[in-house]
Order: sequence, then structure tokens, then C-alpha cells
Amino acid sequence: MQKYSAFGLLRHALSHHENWPAAWRSPDPQSNYDVIVVGGGGHGLATAYYLAKNHGIRKVAVLEKGYLGGGNTGRNTTIIRSNYLWDEAAQLYEFALKLWEGLSQELNFNVMFSQRGVFNLGHSLQDMRDIERRVNANRLNGIDGVVLNPAEIKEKIPLLNCSQSSRYPVLGASWQPRGGTARHDAVAWGYARAADALGVDLIQQTEVTGIRVVNGNVTGVETRRGFIGADKVACVTAGNSGVMAGMAGLRLPIESHPLQALVSEPLRPCLDTVVMSNAVHGYISQSDKGDLVIGAGIDRYNGYGQRGSFSVVEHTIQAICELFPAFSRVRMNRQWGGIVDTCPDACPIISKTPVGGLYFNCGWGTGGFKSTPGSGYVFADTVANDDAHPLAKPFSIDRFYSGALIDEHGAAGVAH
Amino acid sequence: MLQIYCPYCREMREEEEFSYSGEAHIKRPDNPEALSDEEWGDYLFFRKNPRGLHCEMWQHTVACRRYFNVVRDTVSYEIHETYPIGSQPSKMTDAALGSTD
Ligand SMILES: Cc1cc2nc3c(=O)[nH]c(=O)nc-3n(C[C@H](O)[C@H](O)[C@H](O)COP(=O)(O)OP(=O)(O)OC[C@H]3O[C@@H](n4cnc5c(N)ncnc54)[C@H](O)[C@@H]3O)c2cc1C
Ligand SMILES: [Zn+2]
Repeated sequence: MQKYSAFGLLRHALSHHENWPAAWRSPDPQSNYDVIVVGGGGHGLATAYYLAKNHGIRKVAVLEKGYLGGGNTGRNTTIIRSNYLWDEAAQLYEFALKLWEGLSQELNFNVMFSQRGVFNLGHSLQDMRDIERRVNANRLNGIDGVVLNPAEIKEKIPLLNCSQSSRYPVLGASWQPRGGTARHDAVAWGYARAADALGVDLIQQTEVTGIRVVNGNVTGVETRRGFIGADKVACVTAGNSGVMAGMAGLRLPIESHPLQALVSEPLRPCLDTVVMSNAVHGYISQSDKGDLVIGAGIDRYNGYGQRGSFSVVEHTIQAICELFPAFSRVRMNRQWGGIVDTCPDACPIISKTPVGGLYFNCGWGTGGFKSTPGSGYVFADTVANDDAHPLAKPFSIDRFYSGALIDEHGAAGVAH
Repeated sequence: MLQIYCPYCREMREEEEFSYSGEAHIKRPDNPEALSDEEWGDYLFFRKNPRGLHCEMWQHTVACRRYFNVVRDTVSYEIHETYPIGSQPSKMTDAALGSTD
């Protein structure tokens, strides 16, 4: 792997940037692997990277039906934060946030992690009670958080409508200064390049169509390019996870829903933080390119179509215009949907399964981008040791039988 | 935007008039006390979530407020039929209906 550096940039300038090497190989699949990771999104690529780096497993392949990062990783609004309510979730997301803080150096790839802070607005007394409770819980877990009043918010977000006469007045907010955003593609590409350098085969345009199980143990996967053997198979396929589980005769407590987002035409810098509101349901930030990045809610119906209904987008735009009247005349450029895998308790599943050598990492729903490094890290550990990483243990699929759910509907109440 | 036919109002109306209520034909266990943790977990949390035809409940929230069932394709979103609670779809294949009630 050629190391990226300022010096390299200068050197390549001399040859008009025409001699940059490819960031990763495109090998044909081998007949057998130690571990096959199904799904080349951020979580799958991170899993492969940590399998190779932390556990020395080198015969690893990532099988992706489309192109790397073309799923939710490349479709999300990139909000990163760790201010979840319950200890189990807070610790998992905070572990990921700490990895984000060193990720560009770790991968030698600029993932444009920007700790511009995240605001969660409260619009009612109950919202404010919930916010105070969550911030207190966060601080007990060593996670940064502050409760702000409307005057303090107004000072930090001048364009926000803090008038007390609006339909849903802003009564306060929680603020996590260490939260922020990152560049979605760069995360996939950075992990892909670093994994490839450790010998991981990244195999695109190769859909997995079956999981072969012999005597209760996985032996490999059927693909559009034939059978590929593996000792272990790790599925990280987001919205398609229920279908994948079905291939091995398993069921998951997951429902797939469309989640939409949209971006505006580029504007001059006007919003230097991330603002989200559960109550009016919208969230917004401004990308480095200048576009406003706006996330909508999920469509309530199950769907695999990577598109949703206009009424959901309209509802979100109403919320954004209510919060930021100045944006009411901004034109929108593009709108799209991804398929998110929602769990009954709004928490992920990172788990072994009743099939030997088969693992699932899914159920991140509307908010898994923020956990990409942590998810890959603890899942790789779980797969390598055939035993749950301590941070992953509470997220086993068994919780839906034992009743030990981790209800994050409050902290994950807005889709992000 | 879906256009949904309410079998009670007998009219085609816009999706915004309705609310979605999840998988249809889930039968409450006759004897909950007798269920194992696995069976109870299955009943509460595990849904079919198929990629393809799906039997689901909708409520006509802003009009008759009654629940009914819909057969919808979860990939194309095309609605194949709507029918009242307590009846079975006419065109569904057994595979899509599944073995669990
Ligand atoms: C509109 C939108 C906004 C969001 N906003 C945020 C946000 O602000 N913050 C946040 O933290 N999260 C957000 N999320 C959620 C976040 O995007 C996801 O939780 C996260 O990206 C999931 O990563 P992943 O790698 O597991 O999934 P993906 O990136 O979807 O990767 C799964 C991959 O598996 C592949 N695959 C599926 N089936 C097969 C098969 N049979 N064979 C081979 N490959 C297969 C797919 O092609 C896909 O590339 C948002 C999601 C959406 C849709
Ligand atoms: Zn009706």
C-alpha cells in the first residue's frame, strides 16, 4: 500500500497525478477462506480489517453484491454521536466514537471526521425531562453532554428559530460537543484500502444467494460466481439481513424499512453543527461542499425498494422550515432511500447463531453509521474467538427470548 | 405514495389517510401460560419481513378507523389486494402466507 502523505501529493503533482496506484486489488475469489464477510458496507469492511489486523486472520474475503459502500453506508446522513441512554448502548457507541477520533491516522485515509457537535432539541416539558435524564446518564458513563437553554442554543445556532411563539417552541437541547459527522464514502474506502493491504480479498458484483450448512455447521456460501468455501461466515448485510438469515433456515427479529434523505444545492457556510429534533422529526447538517444534508423518518411499511413515500419527505421539510425559516427557499438537489434493518428495541444484533460458524451483525436500523469502527471491531473479535466481545455480549439475539431488551427508542427516536 | 383501497369505505384513498400496523394474521397464543420463552419471543418479536409478497394490516385512521388487510409486494410496493379482517386473501400463495399464523 502506498502511504498517503503531503509529500506524496507533491511527488504525484510532478507527474500530473496520473500515476496514483489503485487503492485496492480486484481479485477473483479463491475456492476457500477462513472467514467470508457478506456485505461490503462500512461495517463489513471494518470487520474484515479488524479480523486481519487484530486477529491475524489473513484468508478473509468480503463479498458484495453491488459496489463497496453502495448500501446504507453511502446513503446516510453521517451523524456521529454516542449519547445513548442505557449503559450497554452508550458504552458500545462511545467505544466507536473513540475509534473515530483516531481513524484517519489508523487508516492513513482522511475520513473527514468533524467533531462539530450534535444538538438534540427539546420542544416540550417531557422532552426536557428526557434530555436531562439522558445527559445525566451519559455523564455517569463518561460521555460528554450538556443541557442548554434556548438563549445558549440561539447563540450557537443563530439561524435556528428559538421564538417561543412558534408551533413547537425550542425549550432546550442536549449538546454533545464531541459528536459530529464524517465523510461516508471515505469510511468505506479507507477500510477497504487498509483491509486490502492486509491481504483481504474485496470481491464486488458477487451476490451471495445461499448459505451452505452441513451437520449444523456452515461450510461456505453459494454466489452468482459459484460456491465459495469458508470455515466461518459473517453476515453484515443491513436491510437484507432477514433474507440472509432465511438462507440458513434462521429468523431474525428484524423488519426492513425505507429511510429517506435529501440534499440541497450548495450554499455558503451557514450551519456549523448538527441539529436534530425528535418531536418535529428532522435532522440537518451542512456538508463541507455546502449542501444541507437532511434526513427524514422511516416509512412505516416494510420495504426493500430503496425508495419511500413523498409524504415522509414533505413532513421532514415542514419540520426543517419550522426550525430554520431561512431555509424555506433553498432548492433541493437529490433525494434517495436506503433499506434499514430495525429491531424491536432499536438496538443492533451482534451475535452467534444456532448454526456453527455463522454470525450476524445487523439491526443497526436508522443509526449504525456512527458505530462503524466499533461495530467492526467487536464483531471481528466475536467471529475470531467464537465468543462475544464483552461490549457485544448484551446484543446477542438471545435477548429476544430472555427479555433483556435494551430499549433505545428514546435516544434513537429520531432516525439518524 | 401508495393508493390504498379501503374495503369498508369502498374507496381508493391516499396513503396518508392510513396507518400501517405490521404483519397480518398473527394469532395470539391460545394459552400464553403454556408457552416456552422461545415461543413467546417468537410471537412477540419475530416477523416474516419477506422480500416479496407480504400480508399486512392497515388502519383507515382518518375515516372509518377500521383495520383491514393488504397484500403488498415489498419490492415494487404494488398492492395486490385488500380484504377485511377475519378473511383470507384470495390470491396469496401458501409460501407467502407461511406456516405460522
Ligand atoms: C437515509 C439514511 C440516513 C441515515 N443516517 C444515519 C446517520 O445520520 N447516522 C448514523 O449513524 N446512521 C445513519 N443511517 C444508518 C446507517 O447508514 C446504517 O446503519 C449503516 O450504514 C449500516 O452499515 P452496514 O455496513 O451494515 O450496511 P450497508 O452499507 O447497507 O452494507 C450492507 C451491504 O451488504 C450488501 N449485501 C446485501 N445482501 C447481499 C448479498 N446477498 N450478497 C452480497 N452482498 C449483499 C449490500 O449491497 C450492502 O452494500 C442512515 C441510513 C439511511 C438509509
Ligand atoms: Zn375506511
